[in-house]
Amino acid sequence: MMLLAFLGQATQARASWWMPPNASLHGTALDHQLIINLWILFGLFMLAHILLFAGILLQARQQPQPLAHSRWRFELAPLAAIAILFFSLAIWSAHLWASQRYTGTDPAAMQVEVVGMQFAWYFRYPGADAAFGITRPTLISAAEGNPLGIDTADERGRDDFVRSQLVLPAGREVNLRLRALDVIHGFAIPAMRVKQNAIPGQTFNIHFTPTVPGDYSILCTQVCGLGHAHMQAVVRILPSADFAVWLKQQKAPPAEGQP
Amino acid sequence: MTPPSPLTSRRAAKPPGRSSSTANPAPAWRRPLAWTDHHYLALGYLGLSFIAVAVGTLLSLAMRIHRVWPTGSLLGASVSPEQYLALVTMHGTLMIFFVLTVAPQSGFANLVLPGQLGSKDMALPLVNATGFWITALALMIMLAAFFVPAGAPIGGWSAYPPLSAMPAAGPGQGSGMDLWLASLAIFCIGSTLGAVNTVVTVARCRCPGLTYGRLPLTVWSWLTAALLTILVFSVLFAAIILLSCDRHLGTAFFVPSTQWVNGVVTHRSGDGSPLLWLHLFWFFGHPEVYIAVLPGMGLVSMLLGNFTRRRIPGYRMMIATTMLIGGLGILVWGHHMFVAGLNPFAGTAFELTTMAIALPSAAKVLNWLVILWRSRPRFDTPMLWALGFVSVFVCGGLSGPILAQPALDAYLHNTFFVVAHFHLIMAMAAIFGIFAGIAYWFPLITGRALHERLGKIHFWWTLFFAYSTFLPMHLTGLAGEPRHYAQLDGIAGTAGALVRSTLPLERHITVSAILLGLGQLLWIVNVLHSWTRGTPASGNPWNATTIEWAPETPAGCTLVCEHEPCHYEQISASPITGDAKPHPQWAFEVSAE
Ligand code: HEM
Ligand SMILES: [Cu+2]
Ligand SMILES: [Cu+2]
Repeated sequence: MMLLAFLGQATQARASWWMPPNASLHGTALDHQLIINLWILFGLFMLAHILLFAGILLQARQQPQPLAHSRWRFELAPLAAIAILFFSLAIWSAHLWASQRYTGTDPAAMQVEVVGMQFAWYFRYPGADAAFGITRPTLISAAEGNPLGIDTADERGRDDFVRSQLVLPAGREVNLRLRALDVIHGFAIPAMRVKQNAIPGQTFNIHFTPTVPGDYSILCTQVCGLGHAHMQAVVRILPSADFAVWLKQQKAPPAEGQP
Repeated sequence: MTPPSPLTSRRAAKPPGRSSSTANPAPAWRRPLAWTDHHYLALGYLGLSFIAVAVGTLLSLAMRIHRVWPTGSLLGASVSPEQYLALVTMHGTLMIFFVLTVAPQSGFANLVLPGQLGSKDMALPLVNATGFWITALALMIMLAAFFVPAGAPIGGWSAYPPLSAMPAAGPGQGSGMDLWLASLAIFCIGSTLGAVNTVVTVARCRCPGLTYGRLPLTVWSWLTAALLTILVFSVLFAAIILLSCDRHLGTAFFVPSTQWVNGVVTHRSGDGSPLLWLHLFWFFGHPEVYIAVLPGMGLVSMLLGNFTRRRIPGYRMMIATTMLIGGLGILVWGHHMFVAGLNPFAGTAFELTTMAIALPSAAKVLNWLVILWRSRPRFDTPMLWALGFVSVFVCGGLSGPILAQPALDAYLHNTFFVVAHFHLIMAMAAIFGIFAGIAYWFPLITGRALHERLGKIHFWWTLFFAYSTFLPMHLTGLAGEPRHYAQLDGIAGTAGALVRSTLPLERHITVSAILLGLGQLLWIVNVLHSWTRGTPASGNPWNATTIEWAPETPAGCTLVCEHEPCHYEQISASPITGDAKPHPQWAFEVSAE
């Protein structure tokens, strides 16, 4: 068994030990914050271990009681320093969080609805009228090309189209409206540094700006049933000119499974 | 002779202090005991968690092998995705509830709490015994979930609805899930009974002179954890009842009014939210993880004092940090929900409370480092486990402040980074606490010591492979690898490539985990061997100062407590700490007739 594992290790190509490269606007500051954090906490880990090993290996002191007289120096001052450090980190990253989440999206942002169901993601574009039509669970039928149950009685929904791949323009903010049909799903695009659960009965909005064209993975990060590991999709970021061409080619009614 | 008042009288019998003359405490265990006797119940609780940890470990190894060898078959049966998820769910549930809640809290408290209080028994023996049998029943029901037709539940230990609310949502979510819920509801009752007994015992059964300020830190930890248990298990219990109503009575506490599952549309009156379950569950779930680790923290403080022969500086501050961890522990649950639908402002609020709870934990670590500073302790096995606890607790604890930042958690949530975080603390630190306690109190149970050499090999083996197993998970987590994936290989497309890229590290982790698991056989051999054939241990083999090590109270005397634990006096000019003379907490006074 071990041999097998080691053999596999030797033959496996393309190992990954670190974050996938960032491809979003807000991700740069976030990666920076994460790396600073990792270094600081790794430093604290090393420091604690140096003190631990030095403490038990160094020559014992004459006075056997532990530094009882200088607790201020050895316990409370470091504790205060840690408090300042942790809260500084917290406040700094609270800014990042606030800039991503406290405010709504730019009104000019591109709107896409993301719907999770066992075990697929669907992406609905609002069409020319920029408005999503009503959906009804009773109308859901992937076989009839209506996987989200769009009600065509609602005019706004007639030009909506649904895709199984998310296609977005680079450099323009996008607002994703997250829903789930059956159980909770976790919508994550590691390369965009984006993650938000989709919950049945509720709608959440997240917004971000993709910057680097390319294909990136969308994963489900909340266990949702036996197909959880297979619940993936791709987000394709196109240069804005290419995106305009792509958009023009799309028309309702939805064509299943084509980008 | 005028009857002396218990507290001011002079000592009638000097505590024999040094081990040599002390009677072996083992006979207390061999007397015929009532079924409500806490000694039996302690062994019962430890036995339950041994069963749970053995099963849980085997499940985790099956998972590890399946992750890197998905086409292989274990014992002739290949693992399907739903079986994999059932393995994860049952592994987590068994470990968190039946190992990490039962052994350090119920097991150890029954073992030595009365002893440390200088009391003959627990305050409520009948409640205590009932709690034990209820817990045993809960374990049986939990294990039964494997044997129902569709198998065990697949939703993870936090059982988020609607997956957990609707049998149609997946295999294992039918009768398997019902058994899971029933088991945990029963477990809530059992733990609460045990906790009530612990609280009343601490309040009522302290020997004369044992003030709250002199209680060993282990007792403070059990007390804090017991108070948390009473508070939060009641919430879990309520949540389980509500979820069961959603499952069987058509209510809608945790599911919206209209549900579409597998092509079937259902309507309910009422419009509930799955988020309500998350709030209730994590209001329980976060304190729960501290219930698991607090007893270990208390024990480590006492062991460091014991084996360095030093006082614990700032004893009152250590009591305060224990209580602060408990108190703040109920204010941080939202950090499990940053990207699960929590209001973003609440995310920031929970970020701040979570940073706040890191401080009492940091204060404890600093205190441990101060005790150890230039101490040249004795490296008996219990001490090694305590030192190992400090190491893994620091390692796992430090990723907490990273995860506490919503901006960063939005990348790391539900990746293996979180898995690394909590396995280092729970699977390692808390388990190290259990190993420390068993090694330390083994002479008290059996009258014999564990084999030192074997114990040390087991310790170093475990420490090495624990780090080798759990450290790389930080990296696969940073690479974006999500939890609960039944399959890493053979998934098409970009996403498949991302997940697959972690396989080399995954293989290393699996090999380490198998070796880590195999190493535990050393411990089993050691316990079995030492129980029957180990070197007989003297009454107070570690030169401890806490009262569970006191010899039998001589006839006509009362046991009283004189001061805090961990008082030692240096008797030779040499600073080698082994020469320090313990001043135990206990003393014997002639009873007033
Ligand atoms: C130093 C203080 C600590 C901080 C700041 C902290 C912070 C966090 C945060 C923010 C999370 C959520 C991560 C996520 O799901 O994305 C988390 C998860 C977790 N922590 Fe900690 N933690 C600390 C100590 C502990 C301790 C002492 C334990 C256990 C004894 C523990 C056990 C867990 C567990 C089990 C989870 C994962 C639960 C799950 O998702 O299944 N943590 N911690
Ligand atoms: Cu999923
Ligand atoms: Cu928590």
